[in-house]
Amino acid sequence: MDNHVVLTMRGISMTFPGVKALDNVDFTLRKGEIHALMGENGAGKSTLIKCLTGINAFETGEIHVEGIEGPVVNHSTLDAQKKGISTVYQEVNLCPNLSVAENLFIGREPKTKLGTIDWKTMVKKSEAIMADLDMNIDVTQNLEEYSLALQQMIAIARAVDMECKVLILDEPTSSLDDNEVEKLFRLMNQLKAKGVGIVFVTHFLEQVYAVCDRITVLRNGQLVGEYPIDALPRVKLVAAMMGKDFDDLASIKSDESPVFSDEDLLIDAKGLSHKGTIKPFDLEIHKGEVVGLTGLLGSGRSELARVIYGADRNQTGTLKVNGKEAKINAPIDAMNLGMGLLPDDRKAEGIIGDLSVRENIILALQAKRGMFRLLPMKEQIELADKYIDMLQIKTASRETLIRQLSGGNQQKVILGRWLATDPDFLILDEPTRGIDIGTKTEIQKLVLKLAKEGKSIIFISSEIEEMLRTCTKMAVLRDGAKVGEITESLTQETVMKAIAGGGTNE
Amino acid sequence: MNKLKKITGMALFLPIFCMVLVMAVNIFYDIASGNFAFNFFTISIRNGVLYGRLIDILNRGSEIAILAVGMTLVVSASAGTDISVGSVMSLAASFCCMLLAGYGVSSTNDLAVPLLVGVLGGILMGCLCGAFNGFLVAYLNVQPMVATLILFSAARAIGLLLCNNLIVYVRNDSFKFFGGYTGFMPTPIIIAAICVIIMMVLLKKTALGLYIQSVGINKKASRIAGLNSAKIIFVCYVVCGLAAGIAGIVGASRISSADSNNIGLNYELDAILAVALGGNSLGGGKFNLAGSIIGAYTIQAITTTLYALGVSSDVAPVYKAIIVLIIVTIQAPPFKAYMKRMSAKRALAKGGAAA
Repeated sequence: MDNHVVLTMRGISMTFPGVKALDNVDFTLRKGEIHALMGENGAGKSTLIKCLTGINAFETGEIHVEGIEGPVVNHSTLDAQKKGISTVYQEVNLCPNLSVAENLFIGREPKTKLGTIDWKTMVKKSEAIMADLDMNIDVTQNLEEYSLALQQMIAIARAVDMECKVLILDEPTSSLDDNEVEKLFRLMNQLKAKGVGIVFVTHFLEQVYAVCDRITVLRNGQLVGEYPIDALPRVKLVAAMMGKDFDDLASIKSDESPVFSDEDLLIDAKGLSHKGTIKPFDLEIHKGEVVGLTGLLGSGRSELARVIYGADRNQTGTLKVNGKEAKINAPIDAMNLGMGLLPDDRKAEGIIGDLSVRENIILALQAKRGMFRLLPMKEQIELADKYIDMLQIKTASRETLIRQLSGGNQQKVILGRWLATDPDFLILDEPTRGIDIGTKTEIQKLVLKLAKEGKSIIFISSEIEEMLRTCTKMAVLRDGAKVGEITESLTQETVMKAIAGGGTNE
Repeated sequence: MNKLKKITGMALFLPIFCMVLVMAVNIFYDIASGNFAFNFFTISIRNGVLYGRLIDILNRGSEIAILAVGMTLVVSASAGTDISVGSVMSLAASFCCMLLAGYGVSSTNDLAVPLLVGVLGGILMGCLCGAFNGFLVAYLNVQPMVATLILFSAARAIGLLLCNNLIVYVRNDSFKFFGGYTGFMPTPIIIAAICVIIMMVLLKKTALGLYIQSVGINKKASRIAGLNSAKIIFVCYVVCGLAAGIAGIVGASRISSADSNNIGLNYELDAILAVALGGNSLGGGKFNLAGSIIGAYTIQAITTTLYALGVSSDVAPVYKAIIVLIIVTIQAPPFKAYMKRMSAKRALAKGGAAA
């Protein structure tokens, strides 16, 4: 084995029921490099990583790790950790009901002489770790008290502290805002200088070019190739991932901006609020309008939408839907008024993991019809097939359990679930998070198509460019309050300024 | 080989396999003791009613089967068990007998109220208990084990209070019907069959099954998708109470009395075991009602078999525990994975030898 190489995977193959997930894939990681693993949804990125960390058992192939004789087969993440391979997954895999310190040291708690857990040392060490990453938080609080972004950072802190040779970051940035991404990159570069090999899986092309040294591209479970970063400009990377040339994303939006009259007013919210998450706000949405909610993570953009939908109960003000006052106590009330919500936390609030793709697609429609009007199986199958086809969901069959699908495909299933209810008003909270670039465009196109059909949409995304392409109006949120709306001259600059706050010129 | 795989892969394979195992023991026993090999399966008519070990199992297993119907839903929706069903059976029986005999009467030959009023009263009491449990679990978020512990310890005593601390005897032929015979068929078998069939039809013809499983797997996501998660969990507990009420009436009718200390004693454990033997995860989510029902009769088959083998009722629980241990081990995922690895190894060895 080459001196610089810390990890080699050769000829890895693995099959899921009905799908060849990996087909003879090679991967090489060198010391002190940041290596991007790229590919569309279902290309096999997560599967490859899970083979490495022992979550999936691969069928053929060999893994070699520097300093260990012979081929390595890990049977669990713990196994992998002992061999110096640490992982931070796309969705936070820590225990929300334990404290931050406990999460950092779970399985390797410092012990006193008596063999009991040394809480004092644990807290002190935890504080030191977090301070190292510029995060001054109370480590004795339960993990669930913190935002998803902070949880993600804590997960990374845990992995980093375990003296790893190989650090795998599987979509670590999808729930982080720019500031936090910046912090993470600084951290990655520090580790790189120490000689750690980092595998970086992400869908954000800019981030790849910001930190990575090398790119390995997968497509449909097969290796496309390994390239130094300079040899693969952005367009070529996209082409490699998709297996075809790619028409520019920017071209999808038409220039004409539609004009809305008061008669078309669908949602008229006045002074809605939910204590502790969002202060009273007004919002008007017309038929066929795409309204973007923008702001930093935790600014209240998701929370605003949740109050309208009744996921969090509204406590003040009035909501008019189609001119009529609406009382929404639970999501089903909102659904009966033609609404739908694609939540940002897919794992916790989106998928029903142990049910099939078909059942997940028809669930909302069935809930709307009520218990006693079961959708005939024939219709269920038709609906499932229709959305699998329309959204190009990669699944072995419509009866496959949704948890066996890759993250992006799960997202598409949930999207299908709402489209099946034929909503008038759809709230999409981070619909493109963790989704590959080709599908991203598809979803953006879909949003515009729905708007053209007269449906109203709230679009929430961390990517401003994406919203600029789809939205006709943007509402800006800061610190749990709606602080303004931008309707004209929607550009990256104006939006960024609005998010950052008016402090600069005043 | 492929066909075999298909059969062993079926959801109900293991519950049925376990049932067959228990029956095989019976056949061996009959052969060994020089009886007709299929003695176990022989059904004859004596004194105008069906007779035989198989009938006995179906008859005696009725209460557990009825309870298993409710328990399956509760386990699926709330990822917890209702440990109060045995006590609730006893309370329902006491209330029913109290109504039929009149308060404070310890023995009666004539009914104080129409039979239907007493029986429905008892069943309603079961529903009420279920609603109480359901309210605690679904709306106050009390853990199922803790919530149902309240009635587990209190329901029997309440029943005794209702009966003025007496064992109430209802010596009336019309009341004996529920634990007796309809024509040549034991009535409990018919009652259990009706309960199971009604639930199967409900699951098949309505979205109840989808709702319950969805809530059991992911409560939050189900709510966002428009389900009233709390209400669905509540309903499951009410159904479980209803089942306990019906089982209680059958139990009381068998002995023509409301014996608070004995009716439904330890039945909650059998009901939970039935659900587990049926291949259902006690962690909630997906469920298979047919599996639970087969599980219920398997438990009864074990008990009956042990008695047939001459094991005394005092030590029978020991053998029962051993059999249950074996069955649970066979169904455990690590064991299944181990078997799969072993068979793969064998196949490999065979392939290697051929090459």
